[in-house]
Amino acid sequence: MATKLPKVPVVVVGMGWAGGIVSAELTKAGISVVGLERGKDRNTSDYMMAHDELRYQHREELMQDLSKETITSRNDEKTRALPMRDYGTFIVGDGVGGAGSHWNGQTYRFLPYDFEIKTMTEERYGPDKISADMPLQDWGITYDEIEPYYDTFEKMAGISGETVEGFGYGVRSNPYPTGPMLKTPIMELFETATKNLGYSPYILPSGNLSEAYENPDGISRAACQYCAYCENFGCEYGAKADPAVTVIPVAKQTGNLDLRTHSNVIEILNDGSKATGVIYVDTITGEEFEQPAEVVVLASYVYNNVRLLLNAGLGKPYNSANQTGSIGKNYCYQVSSASSMLFFEDKEFNLYGGAGALGIEIPDLVGDAFDHSDLNFLHGAGIRVTQYGNRPIANNVVPAGTPAWGAEFKAASIKYANSYFPVKSQGASMPHRYNYLDLDPEYKDAYGKPLLRMTFNYTDQDRELVKYISKVTHKIAEEIGADIIQTNEEQGDFNVNKDTNTHNTGGVIMGADPETSAVNSYMQMWDAENVFVVGASAFPHNSAFNPTGTLGALSYRAAEGIQRFLKDGGSLV
Amino acid sequence: MADNNTQAGKKGTTRRDFLKNSGLTVGGVVLGGAIGSLFGVNNTTTTQETAPAAPALTVNPAAALMFFTPDQYQLTQAAAERIYPKDDNGPGAMELNAAIYIDHQLAGAWGINSKEYMAGPFYKAEETQGSQIRILRKDLFTMGLAALNTHSNKTFQANFVDLEAEQQDEILTAFSEDKAPEISKVRSSIFFSLLRTLTIEGVYADPLYGGNKDMQGWAMRKYPGTRLSFAQEIQNSDFVQLDPESLTSHMGH
Ligand SMILES: Cc1cc2nc3c(=O)[nH]c(=O)nc-3n(C[C@H](O)[C@H](O)[C@H](O)COP(=O)(O)OP(=O)(O)OC[C@H]3O[C@@H](n4cnc5c(N)ncnc54)[C@H](O)[C@@H]3O)c2cc1C
Ligand code: SF4
Repeated sequence: MATKLPKVPVVVVGMGWAGGIVSAELTKAGISVVGLERGKDRNTSDYMMAHDELRYQHREELMQDLSKETITSRNDEKTRALPMRDYGTFIVGDGVGGAGSHWNGQTYRFLPYDFEIKTMTEERYGPDKISADMPLQDWGITYDEIEPYYDTFEKMAGISGETVEGFGYGVRSNPYPTGPMLKTPIMELFETATKNLGYSPYILPSGNLSEAYENPDGISRAACQYCAYCENFGCEYGAKADPAVTVIPVAKQTGNLDLRTHSNVIEILNDGSKATGVIYVDTITGEEFEQPAEVVVLASYVYNNVRLLLNAGLGKPYNSANQTGSIGKNYCYQVSSASSMLFFEDKEFNLYGGAGALGIEIPDLVGDAFDHSDLNFLHGAGIRVTQYGNRPIANNVVPAGTPAWGAEFKAASIKYANSYFPVKSQGASMPHRYNYLDLDPEYKDAYGKPLLRMTFNYTDQDRELVKYISKVTHKIAEEIGADIIQTNEEQGDFNVNKDTNTHNTGGVIMGADPETSAVNSYMQMWDAENVFVVGASAFPHNSAFNPTGTLGALSYRAAEGIQRFLKDGGSLV
Repeated sequence: MADNNTQAGKKGTTRRDFLKNSGLTVGGVVLGGAIGSLFGVNNTTTTQETAPAAPALTVNPAAALMFFTPDQYQLTQAAAERIYPKDDNGPGAMELNAAIYIDHQLAGAWGINSKEYMAGPFYKAEETQGSQIRILRKDLFTMGLAALNTHSNKTFQANFVDLEAEQQDEILTAFSEDKAPEISKVRSSIFFSLLRTLTIEGVYADPLYGGNKDMQGWAMRKYPGTRLSFAQEIQNSDFVQLDPESLTSHMGH
């Protein structure tokens, strides 16, 4: 039997960026919040031994404990989904800060085109451009409407960058709060080559501070040291924007946040149209608690946002057979296979140094900045060179044809250790009717609840995009000039242990129409007005950019909506 | 090793020095937790200097077995050495203590798959669904070692450790290409990739874990290890070679 606790105004499930922002904004406004987080509390003293590649990157110190829960996956509906038993592509966060502790910090805005993608695509190319199996949707918010929230997020996090004008990029009300990151020799090579080819490179926007910065909440953070232990690691300097050094301490300082760690939410109590609270388990003692609340905020990442709703029977589950319902719909990812690897015989770069958001990119081939009339895909990709710091266990890249082990492998991996880099890409991911999330019929988590099942594969759209973009990466690589260039032009099947990022989106998507979306533009559920579902789960498709800038902006908007709801009740739109 | 550091002034930079120089003000503002705690450790760092001199260590006490039998250890050493052999660049996996590293890993939480989803049922998987193996890593590894010997005896009538290097390579190639028999229904290449991964880790992980002896794995590839800042070096168009530093250099700061 769960111990019933006193009712509170707001309970937040998950303390990453989404939960941290919502908690900070509400507690600053004087509202009491109970924050439930399944992992441990964290601050920068947890990172004092962070420069440990094995522990953090290969033993996934900061990531979700898969022995307790995972996802199951399959490429299509005919296949039996099987659990992701060990870490492959998705390295989901755990503990205060969530994945916002071990992320890279590349912090973009999506394009005006993204928010009105259906309307703008049809206007330019006619309604037939969007295939019947692609449930492409406008977001129910425009770029101009979301811009102020981007601005707030960037100021809180201290994003370092340079303004891009044109190429369909949205107009900014303010410049980035801090200037761009340093430019390294490999970034300069990319810059020169892309300029020669007529492109317009820019330093990518970074949550690793280019200079010391104090944000509007009074949080002071030191400048990035390009220490190279960034992606997969926590930053001991606090230079990397991390909820654990920004929004969470602010929420704690108000005295209005009751943060309960090791608290895993397993159930949302509800009557079908209203939630009354949540049930959670103390993961250390196994005790169960019921936490009643006026408002329930789900900020437990895409996967558990969807899973908690499906397990609770809140909202209408998506059905691929007749394309009705919305929970689990429009699960998207990203398309990153197009790339060209450059090897140099007698040049060495200081690739041991770097930062998670250090890189340079071209804006010319994203969104609808180029004509798609004769192309079999929509949107595009950011093409870029990054310098994260090549740690030695993970980076043993050798030219094709070199054996994977033995004398030749050793010699080549050492020879090229500081002499290779890729021109790579990150492409947008359009929704597909048969790419979705639902509950697994067989596998359960440590608490007996069904796991989330992912049905996903790359589509023709993705394969065409990769073919097109890979040619451009090759052209840029040739312009840079290298002794060996290897280009990957193929997008294979989605592989749960091989693919490349944790930019999962969709499943609880936003929109203007309750028939085709699950939440409105305040992340408020159409079917249960006191439930707010915050995160990239709200994206109706995924853009070519990393998602967190956009989910951060939406979190600020959700926080505003929750305050209004607590005052006035009812639907916010 | 640190004495002939190629970058004068780099050596001995502590977090406190760094923070002092970084211009970060501490008073009056909310700081990310650890910056505060960094300053908090000031008092304790001096105690080392007054402690009585400890007896000098002549051997590395961590270079002992907690999992393998001596035979398994020698077999692991021999196999790892073929994955990452000694050459003109420097030592191979054997000298770098990769097998000690592997022993320690298999003895711990990772060896018993403590952070993996291990609930059944275990079905045969599509290539894209990741491995679906019930056998724990520590067991798969020792079963794989036994299989190496079985296959060596079948092919060359001798144990793996007694084979010529080329013969050892032939055996390992067979394993890597699934041309060796399955190991309790697990493809031989899966054991091989476990061996390969562990060898690479044992050569390049922080020496804290028992391998990468004296940071020689890092030195071979001019990897400087875990320093506090590379802000200067990354802007330099010439290669800047630094002596490696390991996590012990982060202690007591
Ligand atoms: C290695 C890596 C690099 C990345 N780099 C970038 C980048 O450069 N740029 C970018 O934009 N994005 C990046 N991302 C993605 C980014 O980290 C995420 O978009 C972002 O952190 C998501 O924030 P969130 O608050 O929605 O979810 P999370 O950060 O995942 O937080 C969710 C929290 O909820 C908790 N939780 C989950 N379920 C429960 C439950 N049932 N009960 C209680 N608590 C629960 C989790 O423990 C977690 O702390 C990266 C991700 C990874 C893994
Ligand atoms: S690279 Fe910069 S932001 Fe990233 S962990 Fe190191 S110091 Fe922090």
